[in-house]
Amino acid sequence: MNTSYRYDYEVITGWITPGEKVLDLGCGDGSLLKHLMETRQVQGYGVENDPDNLVTSLANGINVIQMDLEKGLAGFEDGFFEHVIMSLSLQAIHNTQGILTEMLRVGREAVVSFPNFGYWRHRQSILNGRMPVSESLPHQWFNTPNVRFFTIADFDALCEINGIAVRERLAFDEGKLVVDEPNFLASVAVYRLGRHN
Amino acid sequence: MTHPRSVGVVTPQVARFTEPLSLRGGGTLPGFELAYETYGELNAARSNAVLVCHALSGSHHVAGLHADDPASVGWWDNLIGPGKPLDTRRFFVIGVNNLGGCYGSTGPRSINPATGRHWGADFPFVTVEDWVAAQARLADHLGIERFAAVVGGSLGGMQAISWTLQYPDRIAHAVAVASAPKLTAQNIAFNEVARQAILTDPDFHGGHFYEHGAVPARGLKLARMLGHITYLSDDSMAEKFGRSYRHGKAVYSYDVEFEIESYLRYQGDKFASHFDANTYLLTTKALDYFDPAFEHGGNLAASLARSTADFLIVSFTTDWRFAPIRSREIVYALLHNRRNVSYAEIECAAGHDSFLLDDPHYHAVLRGYFDRIKL
Repeated sequence: MNTSYRYDYEVITGWITPGEKVLDLGCGDGSLLKHLMETRQVQGYGVENDPDNLVTSLANGINVIQMDLEKGLAGFEDGFFEHVIMSLSLQAIHNTQGILTEMLRVGREAVVSFPNFGYWRHRQSILNGRMPVSESLPHQWFNTPNVRFFTIADFDALCEINGIAVRERLAFDEGKLVVDEPNFLASVAVYRLGRHN
Repeated sequence: MTHPRSVGVVTPQVARFTEPLSLRGGGTLPGFELAYETYGELNAARSNAVLVCHALSGSHHVAGLHADDPASVGWWDNLIGPGKPLDTRRFFVIGVNNLGGCYGSTGPRSINPATGRHWGADFPFVTVEDWVAAQARLADHLGIERFAAVVGGSLGGMQAISWTLQYPDRIAHAVAVASAPKLTAQNIAFNEVARQAILTDPDFHGGHFYEHGAVPARGLKLARMLGHITYLSDDSMAEKFGRSYRHGKAVYSYDVEFEIESYLRYQGDKFASHFDANTYLLTTKALDYFDPAFEHGGNLAASLARSTADFLIVSFTTDWRFAPIRSREIVYALLHNRRNVSYAEIECAAGHDSFLLDDPHYHAVLRGYFDRIKL
């Protein structure tokens, strides 16, 4: 998680009701959860597997639990959290469908944000023959933690196939809201997801 | 001799308690003494006290060293001192020898006032809950209403957990390292083999060996050797000792040939030379009995509902005696009670013994947690 993506935080904060129980998967340095504790008084828990991030999260005063998200969320009770958040981490997980299913099992809603590989600058970069490197995709191809490369359109299709309800979707171009053609014009998308009942 | 970040030379103290203590197992102690040490200064608000609970073979001598013995470095000295993760410039740290112990607190080696003889096998069974009740008396004695934290590894972690259940208003933070909410059958099995080694030693004399001028050293040694096998991981044993021959090749004898044999015998002999066999028996039984969820039909979350403390739980990837999965049970039970809990699973090769080492990630986690405790 990169703390420069404040607009992602603000959208997520807007979806959280004061006093909720929140789980933040891949909580990084804990700054989002700290923000939610301060502005929404959430009972929050972060999940992080990187030792250095874990220590920083502890220093930030949040509850942080070390575990490997690839192994799922088996220890958490069904529906315990109001929101399960994954901010800019979904693209770094192999078990994409598994973790989405698990997020909607332990949470009433899931909040997911990810970099849009279909962003026009990324497309332009590929057309020029090079893998994209940008604010939302800051790594080189040889050192990126990302393992899944997908677009907003791809994610919409995945939700459709898995019966996941897209309750809200906001897309941004380096911090500015994008309304038209988000799959082309937006670098990051933030989703509020639920289960079809 | 002392390291700049050491608490330096420390002097053990003894507190005497004259009020009888009713024990969970049904017995009563008419009065008792607890040996303890303190490091740092209690602040004016009396809000910076941290209790360190010891495990099976530990003592009140947690940090620093004794004036008469330069080799007597406390068992958790790498954690506690000025500038160390549990910083004695900020915290007032207390180490205590548990009831039934053999390092100065009242135990089987002490004289039973009713008979004028060593308690021996007549010393009543003590549990984790009894230890905590006795520690609370020490807290009263020191004028500490509420601990900033209670910290322990292994069996010490069980005491930290029990503190949050017995005295929820008297503990702000519990730190349980390499611990478990209860022992598994396999774990009890190891303890039982250790106990049988002692109980069947001809020098045990039914627990009254003191009067016979005897020590069940063979049983204690075997118990300790078995323990040490379970405190290490297969990998760490392979790395430390491998199959190294002491004579460079097989000499076909039952004397020490492999380095691991030398290590286990040395550790066993060292332990048997000073540890009390009855204390070992009592302490392993206290480990076996600890199971706060038992009275709640095995529901750990229900049993932890009364604790209000914030928790840090730490486990080690190669610890198979107190495996990470047992720590995770505690974490989930606390989380589902909406308690504040953090959990670190440290990548460390040394097995259960890891909790006594100074792995950088491990100590960074402890430092990060202690630093954020508000006094």
